[in-house]
Formats: sequence, C-alpha cells, structure tokens
Amino acid sequence: MARITAGIATSHIPAVGAAIDGGKTQDPYWAPVFAGYDWTKAFERAERPDVVILVYNDHASAFDMTIIPTFAIGCAEEFAPADEGWGPRPVPVVTGHPDLAWHIAQSLILDEFDMTIINAMDVDHGLTVPLSLMFGQPEAQLETWPVRVIPIAVNVVTYPPPSGNRCWRLGEAIARAVESFDEDLNVQIWGTGGMSHQLQGPRAGLINKPWDTAYLDRLTTDPQSLRQMPHIEYLREAGSEGIELVMWLIMRGALGEAVDELHRFYHVPASNTAVGHIVLRPTTA
Amino acid sequence: MMTTDGKPPVRDIHAYLAEFDDIPGTRVYTAKRARAGYHINQFAMSLMRPENRVRFKAGERAYLDEWKLTEDQKQAILNRDYNRCLDLGGNIYFLAKLFSTDGQSFLQAVGTMTGMTPEAYQAMMVAGGRSPEGVRSTKQQAALAAVAAAAAETAGAPAPGTDSHDPEGSR
Repeated sequence: MARITAGIATSHIPAVGAAIDGGKTQDPYWAPVFAGYDWTKAFERAERPDVVILVYNDHASAFDMTIIPTFAIGCAEEFAPADEGWGPRPVPVVTGHPDLAWHIAQSLILDEFDMTIINAMDVDHGLTVPLSLMFGQPEAQLETWPVRVIPIAVNVVTYPPPSGNRCWRLGEAIARAVESFDEDLNVQIWGTGGMSHQLQGPRAGLINKPWDTAYLDRLTTDPQSLRQMPHIEYLREAGSEGIELVMWLIMRGALGEAVDELHRFYHVPASNTAVGHIVLRPTTA
Repeated sequence: MMTTDGKPPVRDIHAYLAEFDDIPGTRVYTAKRARAGYHINQFAMSLMRPENRVRFKAGERAYLDEWKLTEDQKQAILNRDYNRCLDLGGNIYFLAKLFSTDGQSFLQAVGTMTGMTPEAYQAMMVAGGRSPEGVRSTKQQAALAAVAAAAAETAGAPAPGTDSHDPEGSR
C-alpha cells in the first residue's frame, strides 16, 4: 500500500534556482539560504521517497491566459524544465509516475474534486527549485532526479484562487487516494510558494516575519484555524504573492490531524521574498 | 444560513472583490484586470520563444503593433512602466517575460515600481523588507491621518501631510 510519510513546505523563489545554476550558493548573500536546506538534504538521502506529490503554481509558463485550471494534475511520463524567458534551467527532465497520478486523478474526481488532467506540460521554477533544494543539483545530461514527481498545479495568479479550506480538503482527498493505491510506495507531499512577499506595485518588498512565524507555528499547533483564513488576510499581511501559502494547506491537509515538526528554517531575504521551509511527519506514520 | 446540502452559501462576491481595492499600492489580478490585460499578458507570453525575443528586440513598436493592444498599453510596455502595465491589466508573472528579455531580475524589475533606487530597494530587502505597519489598509491609513490631523488641530499646529485629505482642495 502506498503511504504518505512526510510533508514538506518551501518557498520556490526563481532567484534561488538562478543562484544554484550560476554556482553562487556559497556567496555571502546566498550561503545562509542554502544552509537552511542541509538538514533536509540529509533527511531525503535517508528517507529515499519513491514519489513526491509536488503542489506548486505555474508562473505563466505552461499555462497562459487561454486556459486557467484551478487544480491540475500532471499524469505524463515526464515533464521538461520550462523556458521562462532566460532559457530552461539546466536540470534533468522530471520523471512522472503516470500509474499513481492517474489513480489519484480518478479517485479525486469520484471524491468530487473536478481535476484538470495534464498529459503534456513543461514545469517551471515553482516545481524545479524545490527539487534542487531538497535533492541537490544533478547535472542535466548525466543524472536524473532521485524521485518520481506528480505535479499538482494550483491557480494562485488569477482571482479567485481556491480557498484555504478547499485546498485542505483536496489534501485530505489526495491522502485517501494514495492510501488506496496497491503498490508499496513511500510518498511525500510538498506544498510550495510563499512566504510573505509582494512582487508588484509601490507596496512591493513587503515582508512580515511575525505573521510568517505564526503561520509556521500554526501548521502544528492550530492547523484547523488556517483553513478559514480568508484571502484578504494573506494579501494584507503576507503581500500579494503571499497568497501562494494556500498551497501549503494541500500538503498539511494530506497529513492528518497531528504532525510532528522535524525541521524549520526561515530567512529574509532571497530576492524579494521571505524564505520559509518546514518538514512535518504525520504523528501516526 | 445553510444551503440544502448543508454547506455554507457562496460568499458575497462583491464584498470579496471590494476588499482588494483597500490594499495600498497593490493591484490584485482580478477577472476585471485579467480581461483588460489579456493581450498584454499574451504578448508577454510570446517572449518565451527565443525567436520572438530576437524579433521584439529588433523592433519593439513593430512587434507590439502585431497585438491587439491599446496605445496606452503599448506605451506602458515601451516605457517599461510596470505600475502602468499593472493598471492596464498586466500581471507580474507574465510581465516577467518582458523584463527577463531585458536581462532584468525580479529584484531589479520589482524595485522599479516602488519609486526607490535599485540600491535603496535592495538595501531595504536585505534589512528585512518593507514592514506591513501602516500599509495594510487604505481606509485605515485615512482614518489614522484624520486622527493625526484632528490631534494637530487641537494642539494648534498645522498638520503635516494632510493636504491630500482636504476635500475642499483649499491649499
């Protein structure tokens, strides 16, 4: 039986990918950012997950304004890194897990989540930067990522994005789907994006460390209250792009009632953004 | 109030959207903006293809003329006036294709919208970013300014920076 053994949340800042790809991870500006992920790299080497269900948002890469799926699931054999305007990241093609992805897609639809099924999609920094942070950087031509990935793309760009509660319930439904897959697989679920940041307008550069810290705390101490947080609170407190944090609730919803916090990291800034990262384990696992 | 299947009713969409206009210095990418900016954003998407980037750089005006853009929108793009682009329906993730074509990073391009120099913006970020204090709500800002003005008047001194809230415009 497949099982979800851990949930990981992390920011997915494009400049972090550029720093990795440009060999700048030991620069004084970047070194503290990457040090925050050393613990998790060791954790992943020990855990050796078979599959990561990776919740992220596409940043006008695979989806333009012609089609805007609220929740999409990638069922393809593989996903190529997208060219976001400066050439694709020099990282390997991401290998999917079509059997499990289709199983989850079917289960979710019967569970009343009307998923968009994607069979051809490039993946942008939202998906590949977290992979680089957790697994290190394989060379594009020589190696592959050490895990299969099922992308779950969420619209958090065109309003309205899904509510936090809807995201939570999708997470619960994903967990049910994984549990009903026959193959014995070690599955992780990741929620990406955030934390506080605003990339637009005169208010750009907003960072709210106290609010971010409370959000990280509440993932373990009071997760149910996060389900009811309205979009306007994310926007006012965590900046216009802080809304990405609703995606963390898909991850959190999939982990069940109680979780143990295994690791946490928070750092300001990376580019325009507060870096937040947390590793959670379902208490029952 | 509950609907027949026991779920809470859909929230008031008008109230939901109205709140977004109360955030200072922020343009939330609502359906209204998405519709107005459809061609700005689709133009920007076209710059994901290397051959289009080359063609755009070779003649920006001619390239823009191929798109169903208003003259305002074209001018905002030519000027790289990103606040204006947002006003006219652009979205930052789409506009990222434009500033990437220019070789600008998010940090550089985003900073241009704040009225700060690139150095000052970067320094603010390194120092921990912009505090949310005082920039959560336009209404709250106005209320605080009114309180400050009233306090200053009581004290018998002219209130600094209250001119813009003077409804008579009697400067």
